[in-house]
Amino acid sequence: MDFDFSEDQRLLKDSVDRLIADRYAFESRKHFIKEPNGWSAEMWAQYAELGLLGLPFSEDLGGFGGGMIETGQVMEAFGRGLVLEPYLATVVLGGGLLRHAGSAEQQSELIPQIIAGDLKLAFAHIERHSRWTLNDVAVTARKDGSGYLINGEKGVVLHGDCAGKLLVTARTGGAQRDAGGIGLFLVEANDPGVSRKGYPTQDGLRAAEIAFANARGVPLGDPDDALGVIERVVDEAIAALCAEAVGGMGEMLAVTTDYMKQRKQFGRAIGEFQVLQHRAVDMFVSLEQAKSMAMYATMMAASDNAAERRQALSAAKVQIGKSGKHIGEEAVQLHGGIAMTMEYKVGHYFKRMTMIEQMFGSTDHHLAVLTDGGGLF
Amino acid sequence: MDLSFTPEEVAFRQDLRTFFTTAIPQSIRTKVLEGQHLTKEEIITAQRILNANGLAVPNWPVEWGGKDWTSVQIYIYQDEMQLNGVPSPLAFNTSMVGPVIAQFGTDAQKKRYLPAAANLDVWWCQGFSEPGAGSDLASLRTKAERVGDTWVINGQKTWTTLAQHADWIFVLCRTDPTAKKQEGISFILADMNTPGITRRPIQTIDGGHEVNEIFFDNVVVPAENLVGELHKGWDCAKFLLGNERTGIARVGTSKARLKRIRELASLEFSGGSALINDRKFREKLAACEVELKALEMTQLRIVADEKNHAKNKPNPASSILKLKGSTIQQTTTELMMELVGPYVMPFAASDEGDGRNEIGYGPDYAAGTGPTYFNWRKISIYGGSNEIQRNIVAKAILGF
Repeated sequence: MDFDFSEDQRLLKDSVDRLIADRYAFESRKHFIKEPNGWSAEMWAQYAELGLLGLPFSEDLGGFGGGMIETGQVMEAFGRGLVLEPYLATVVLGGGLLRHAGSAEQQSELIPQIIAGDLKLAFAHIERHSRWTLNDVAVTARKDGSGYLINGEKGVVLHGDCAGKLLVTARTGGAQRDAGGIGLFLVEANDPGVSRKGYPTQDGLRAAEIAFANARGVPLGDPDDALGVIERVVDEAIAALCAEAVGGMGEMLAVTTDYMKQRKQFGRAIGEFQVLQHRAVDMFVSLEQAKSMAMYATMMAASDNAAERRQALSAAKVQIGKSGKHIGEEAVQLHGGIAMTMEYKVGHYFKRMTMIEQMFGSTDHHLAVLTDGGGLF
Repeated sequence: MDLSFTPEEVAFRQDLRTFFTTAIPQSIRTKVLEGQHLTKEEIITAQRILNANGLAVPNWPVEWGGKDWTSVQIYIYQDEMQLNGVPSPLAFNTSMVGPVIAQFGTDAQKKRYLPAAANLDVWWCQGFSEPGAGSDLASLRTKAERVGDTWVINGQKTWTTLAQHADWIFVLCRTDPTAKKQEGISFILADMNTPGITRRPIQTIDGGHEVNEIFFDNVVVPAENLVGELHKGWDCAKFLLGNERTGIARVGTSKARLKRIRELASLEFSGGSALINDRKFREKLAACEVELKALEMTQLRIVADEKNHAKNKPNPASSILKLKGSTIQQTTTELMMELVGPYVMPFAASDEGDGRNEIGYGPDYAAGTGPTYFNWRKISIYGGSNEIQRNIVAKAILGF
């Protein structure tokens, strides 16, 4: 058993950490969020230059050949900086679907464009009543000549407003919640059959509601049986979110303990009050538990045993959800009023943690999945 | 012992319910029940209807419009307002500065300020907290110096709720810098239009604008604006904060919200079945109801016990109302968020800053869920943070 990073991983971590520390100060983020897309084109170019956009792709396509550990290192740093750019949507979700389901031709056409920073992707899956059930798909795909026609509506598509291509889950057969009959389709975002309404999310990221009316779709993988690959990539995304959350939680704890050392009330630093010290300690415990489960998620996301992977990722998401809520709420409470303001850093982390808890399944959702799957031990 | 309400109390409740549900516009009540922010005009409208019917300030002395109700009647009145989405009369007027002036003010001050406060002809705001004086309020540094027939105020207040609407402010000022910290403070009134007062909005994490910073730069107000004795402002503040804590439990508000959550849980789906069929969700809802029922009974016990306490000396048990009331209200916001699932994510603040989703992403009740969860974290911070409430109880049960 070895928890240490390899030499290459250490170098990657150092360079990403430095990039975020140097370029993603809270004040800079306030400017990035006002850019037309709601994120920084310049930072995106930086990620391309550093090879971060090619991280999980094979070297023969121009990638870095990294795995979940490397993705986790990037996401943790991004969590610390509250990064706005569509990395999860494009590289982790879109890239993951291309890696696991795309044909050789699709991969060699699209992956180099991702690596160069030219192509953004979005995963259009959620529907109004699907909540987090991955096999609950009502959008349809009907065979039409060599391709498919997609019809229906998708919601809360992360970075769906800036994506050049959409990866859409749609039903080619079966009933609304059947495991079979679900396909994955590449749809041009500027297809005349696609209409998008973009908006900011609570945490300052972007998403879109997208309607499809006879939009042209090209299947990615088996158009009648894509659920397995969707589940796999969502598990990878959950692992990436766990790492991001750990970065954010660590920063919240650091900012909170700094504040407790500086803020004086009743003639002393509030951090001198034992009751508040213990509260900070409990946050630290939550953070360490979350770190451990994020590592576990990183390891298990690469597993080919789907059932085991599913249980592990649900367990990790439960821990991350609990720790994120605990640390976020306590960071706000221990600060007091100042954390309630838009100008101050901590509230933004709290909001991001709250949204992460809702992404790809809440704590309760994953607890139910874990329970129904028979538990961990 | 009889824990049921008397027939007179039941009839009293029914009369109030009939009045509230017929006299207060439905549009306003719906907004309150849905957790949306009200406009200034809506708040004024509701309070004037109440006041015209003698229901804006029942807690005040009778000669100034009060009702001489029992504490149980006051409780029923608050409960019915909250259950039916009636906006509470503006707390700064009716449960803060009004009672303070009625208790500590001169006859001239009472005549001048009380009727206007009851009718919301004058909108008051509270100048208490400062950047360096939050939980430790008595360390406040805004000072008022006596110059001739005036007070000259310099300093800064913060977290001043709805100061953007306010006509007047009541300010805790340090008037004797040499005294021990609680003993050199005075309670002074200032017209917000006085030269030297500036307001700066503070945007909160939900995107709204509720609170403000207020700066005082050589603000000159007449000497007669002092309320109560010089240097005894801390007594006014303690009296006022005691009132704030009882109001903070908001049992009726939480009851109305839980009822609404139960209704909406039939409209949201999980795995093809209405969320209300999800056992875990139902159990969480039920667990919150149990907590709320216990709080309601605790509140009634405290209310019933008030006749045994000297007036103006709040029962330390009122800290329990703040502690439990705040966390229960916060739990209702979590349940609302869970209810809408992924549709908590879209953010579309309107110009009103009320977090309303006007463009239509998901169901309309989803739009306010995230902002309300974020915003209501304030409830365990303001009015004496929950940590301060625990200090109060600790002192009461441990003695040191």
